[in-house]
Amino acid sequence: MEEAILKIFAQSVTRYFATVAGGEATLGTPYLNSDRESAAFDFSAVIGITGTHRGNIYYTAPREKLHALLPLIGEKEPDDRLCAELVGEITNTISGNAREELGAGFMISTPFILEGNPLTVHAPKDSTCYILPVTWNRHRSRVLVSLQANPSPEKS
Amino acid sequence: MKLLIVDDSLIMRRAIERSLNHTRFTEIHTATNGRLAVEMFEKHRPDVVTMDITMPDMDGLTAVDLIMKKDPAAVILVVSALADKSTAVEAVKRGAQGFLLKPVTAESVHNALEEILSD
Repeated sequence: MEEAILKIFAQSVTRYFATVAGGEATLGTPYLNSDRESAAFDFSAVIGITGTHRGNIYYTAPREKLHALLPLIGEKEPDDRLCAELVGEITNTISGNAREELGAGFMISTPFILEGNPLTVHAPKDSTCYILPVTWNRHRSRVLVSLQANPSPEKS
Repeated sequence: MKLLIVDDSLIMRRAIERSLNHTRFTEIHTATNGRLAVEMFEKHRPDVVTMDITMPDMDGLTAVDLIMKKDPAAVILVVSALADKSTAVEAVKRGAQGFLLKPVTAESVHNALEEILSD
């Protein structure tokens, strides 16, 4: 299941950068964040997942990358407030786009913005957290996927 | 024309505003959730509404319902990241005239607004 889910998020990330940044993002090999070590860059956002799955999706990026991306969406004077807003919007977009494959039962919350290190990953018990490395325009960022199939979606 | 932009994301509200033909849209209002959207709709009676779905307080689909009850002729373009077909179908069923999937570009927003206004 993990491989299929990660592929869906990889597609969502690729679509985001191709549409918004006009350039392909390169995705690295996903790896297990087994120690739950801090994987955070300067700005992070998290979206809670309920319904057919339980868990969280994070997107985290360094300030320099966000400052490079913001002018491409028309923001000529990037600042920390816009950086925080942008990681929230990216997290929302890649999570919502995943419903193309995962269906309407994959329910997403509004994004919650987290600033600075460390990022503590909140994961359902016994679930694993995968890190999907994303490189765009030589800038690194990460998508963290911590999901578990929910056998009783109506109870989430 | 008057436009109401509804989205909890500042980035999106600003992106949509930048994409507009400012000769056509001379009055622009914004709201950050569905409840405020309904209030703003009543107050300003915009010609067009762009409506996000996933928002705090009240989601966009509920807001579409409430706005359509107040004005069955309201023109609403849903702009959302929710990519499953059933959400788009549900939005249209509730009265929205169009559905634009995020991520968007200035061109895609502009074209989607022009299209629903030409209908």
